[in-house]
Amino acid sequence: MLTAFAILTDGLVYAAYLFMVAIGLTLIFGVMRILNVAHGSFYAFGAYGAATAVGIYTTLGLPDAMGFLLMVAAAMAVGVVLGLILERGLLRFAYGKDEVIVVLVTYAVFLMLEDVIVLIWGPGSYGAYQPMIAAGNTEVGDLVLSNYDIGLVLIAAALAALATWSLHFTRYGRILTAVIFDREIAAAFGINVTVVYTVTFIIGAALGALGGAVMAPKIAVTLGIGVEVIVLAFAVVAIGGMGSIEGALVGALIVGLCRAAAVHLVPQIELFVIYGVMALVLILRPHGLFVRAQPRKI
Amino acid sequence: MSHPAKCTKVALAALAAAALAPIAVAQAQAPAAPAPATVKLGIVSFLTGPAASPFGIPGRNAAEIVIETLNAGKAPAPFNTVGFGGAKVEAKYVDEAGAVANVVTEYRNLVQRDQVDAVVGYVSSGSCLAVTPVAEELKKLTVFYDCGTPRIFEEKPRSYVFRFSPHATMDNVAAARYLIAKKKGLTSFSGINQNYAWGQDSWRDFLGAMTVLAPKVTADKILFPKLFAGEYGAEISTLLTSKSQALHSSFFDGDLESFIFQEQARGLDKRMTMILTAGETVLYRLRDKLPDGTIIGARGSSGALARDTDIAKWFKTIYTDRYNTPPTYPAYQMAQSLLGLKLGYEKAAKAGAKPTSEEIAAGLKGISFTGPAGEVKMALGDGHQGITETAYGTSKFNKQKNTPELVDIMRFPAECVNPPAGVEAEAWVKDGMKGAKCN
Amino acid sequence: MAAVAGALAPDWIVSLATIAFANALAVLGLVVMWRAGLISFGQALYYCVGAYAVALTGRWAGITDAFILVLLGGVASWLIAAIVGFLLARYREIFFAMLSLALSMILYGGLVKTESLGSTDGFSISTPTFAGYAPHSAAMLQLSLYWLTLLVCFLAALGVGAYFRSVAGSLAAPIRDNEIRVEFLGASVTRLIHVKVMIAGLLAGIGGALAALAIGHVDPNMAYWTTSGGFVFVTVLAGSSSVAAAFIGSLLFESLRSAAFDLMPGLWQITLGSVLLVTIMFLPEGLGSILVRLRRRSSAKPS
Repeated sequence: MLTAFAILTDGLVYAAYLFMVAIGLTLIFGVMRILNVAHGSFYAFGAYGAATAVGIYTTLGLPDAMGFLLMVAAAMAVGVVLGLILERGLLRFAYGKDEVIVVLVTYAVFLMLEDVIVLIWGPGSYGAYQPMIAAGNTEVGDLVLSNYDIGLVLIAAALAALATWSLHFTRYGRILTAVIFDREIAAAFGINVTVVYTVTFIIGAALGALGGAVMAPKIAVTLGIGVEVIVLAFAVVAIGGMGSIEGALVGALIVGLCRAAAVHLVPQIELFVIYGVMALVLILRPHGLFVRAQPRKI
Repeated sequence: MSHPAKCTKVALAALAAAALAPIAVAQAQAPAAPAPATVKLGIVSFLTGPAASPFGIPGRNAAEIVIETLNAGKAPAPFNTVGFGGAKVEAKYVDEAGAVANVVTEYRNLVQRDQVDAVVGYVSSGSCLAVTPVAEELKKLTVFYDCGTPRIFEEKPRSYVFRFSPHATMDNVAAARYLIAKKKGLTSFSGINQNYAWGQDSWRDFLGAMTVLAPKVTADKILFPKLFAGEYGAEISTLLTSKSQALHSSFFDGDLESFIFQEQARGLDKRMTMILTAGETVLYRLRDKLPDGTIIGARGSSGALARDTDIAKWFKTIYTDRYNTPPTYPAYQMAQSLLGLKLGYEKAAKAGAKPTSEEIAAGLKGISFTGPAGEVKMALGDGHQGITETAYGTSKFNKQKNTPELVDIMRFPAECVNPPAGVEAEAWVKDGMKGAKCN
Repeated sequence: MAAVAGALAPDWIVSLATIAFANALAVLGLVVMWRAGLISFGQALYYCVGAYAVALTGRWAGITDAFILVLLGGVASWLIAAIVGFLLARYREIFFAMLSLALSMILYGGLVKTESLGSTDGFSISTPTFAGYAPHSAAMLQLSLYWLTLLVCFLAALGVGAYFRSVAGSLAAPIRDNEIRVEFLGASVTRLIHVKVMIAGLLAGIGGALAALAIGHVDPNMAYWTTSGGFVFVTVLAGSSSVAAAFIGSLLFESLRSAAFDLMPGLWQITLGSVLLVTIMFLPEGLGSILVRLRRRSSAKPS
């Protein structure tokens, strides 16, 4: 019984992590049809930014709660700036080209940003653990849960709710939905697709950085954290369907729970779980779980 | 419309030749042959990527400061001749990052293009295993400083490859001995190791040693999360549901730090004593965040567990003065490797001319010497693999001095935790560690 | 001519070129698929299968003959591609890429878990022989491997060129443009793509086998997605218009990477990334477009 509860909580925490990492990616893909490999860089920059912010506020001795907000704000600012520079400075020259070419542009950018991180922050690792330790823990029988983890799940849920609500109920959200559905027709209706692209990319970058920032207190912020995250994000987005927020949520939940179950019950398959789930979903629903079948254009 | 593929191939070959020829000529002429009295070393370690900060960069830093000091002739005896036997040492630093193909290509470049006299380096066991046959093929003296697999000298006899640092079996056998000696009331232990060769080998050796030394104690949760996973929530939950009193881990640096932060938030260390075979790498970084009572290893009497000898003090001083942080065990391993190589070189260079790789190899085979990390005896692998004593300690943060300290240190003689000559490490542990000479 | 260049060039260039040409075979396979609009992020699967086939045959059956080993590597990967192709041929675009990536990562996971094969450390391959000839010096060994690789690449180039000129090969561009019309022409798109997957798999497997012999070591990293990423990188550099471009592009990439390591040890990723960006921006059709332009100019000259 305790194991089942542990699987549930662990699954939710991991799903929260996956969702926050994947939401920016799926948004960018949905609107711009760009599979942004540099999303891993946004995550990494967010984490490093948060670590720096935590370092600053610790030396200044500010209260913990404000420190957390400062951390998140700093990371998102980093994400916004980076996203703006990339989109305006580089990506817009690549828009007309083949989808694969654009992916490779983002891959090149990712490689370069990895070294930029070394140039700015050096090769050492940073800790930003103060918020996590300060949050304390809760005991449930034999199991001890970290309050920070619980907070992460709540943040992810709030993010999902916010994203879904804005897409369906705000004017700008509906514009985005239109562009996701069919770019050409949206442009024909007078929507300024270029501006939409820039704004979307910046939002996606900020979300990626946010993912990095909230994870930073749990992990050691060091070189290479962007690489691991990319494949996970891709897998979740592929499972959920490209461009679908609900898909990213469901995909994250499925992978999170399967992985938690694997670790507790069958640890040998833990390495394969995410790829196995992805392969299985793609076999059954070739376009992911939540994407409408597109009519064939002859 | 299109030419036959044959013409294409000829065109490509011509282009390839044309492209290669100028590069070849330029490269062959560009590096002037080193001035007669210099020794050129290739130093390879991780300069980028997650293994850079804990292993690659301390190794590189140690190489830099040791070579500088040697060239100035300021090292303590018996290392006080300038450079190697009077010839100044010149180092070329190469990044170990990339696939094995890249590592092998870069090794060949060092030997054939840059014409180094010897290569010292390599953190990853995969790199060491791949480079060994190439070193033997190219007949170039190579010293591995950090990689831990015992396979290198057990698979085949080697002529040109040496390793002064002991292999990883020692770490886990000693860990088992320390745990049994110090932890009373032990009935069950668990393990969390990264799911790759290093983690798998570490766990196998630890489990094997525990089975031999304390057969009544059982292993409960055996976890192998992905390397660089970073997020261990599920694993920590699993461990919280276990009744074990001790937890073995060969995690290092980033993964280790993440694990300790996450488990501390959930109080795991209050239930289980952690034994960290590579824990010394985080001692100075985590400081008071490392829970008191954690058992720490340094892969030898190295780093924070080094004996207080003059030569250890010398190394610690020059490293700390230059880099503002005390050296961790990978730095000690590099220092030992360079100093050992120096001795072998000088032994072979009696005539005053530069010794060949074969002569240096003959000079290194089976030697013993004492470096910052203690006494090294090249006792295994037909005189090519070193053994040293090792030590484990328990962490305690000294609040008055504001430094992390290791207390309750136990030292294990080399012959206690290393297999005897001619016996494979894995088989030795499985068969009950016969021939171990503990005091 | 390349063979002669190899004999004259310094050893380190020869081994670099051998690995580059072996990898170029995997790139050639990607070009075959890219002409039909498909990019696979999982060629490392076949590359690794070919490499491990060579290594395991050597270990279990003691065979050292390079010709046999390469053939076995190719057959093994071709079989895998044939089986996997039934699944993959149903997908397009990003899903094709992701599914192929998933499959190669599953192989990676399996190999990492297999301690008897050394897990992530991998294991070494014994020195190859060549139809009875056992090279006795390091230089001759390198040259023999280089010449073998050149021979295989030459045959592959001939084969692929012939395929491109065949009906099946010429249908690649139409498939990319509009599959449904190709179906109306009477050709089975699924079968055509299946064949392309098999060709690409075979090429990547042979490339992996040759690379394994050249490096002397195999490890699970050969199945990791970054290995596939490297092949895709070179494919973009090379472009899809010319067979020769795959080989030249691969050689240039290896040289560039090696130069970046040499000159900027901590910052080689920026160097590579910038080169890729510049190529994409200014040479969207890859190096192949330069070659095609040159050829057209030379064939347009009045003779």
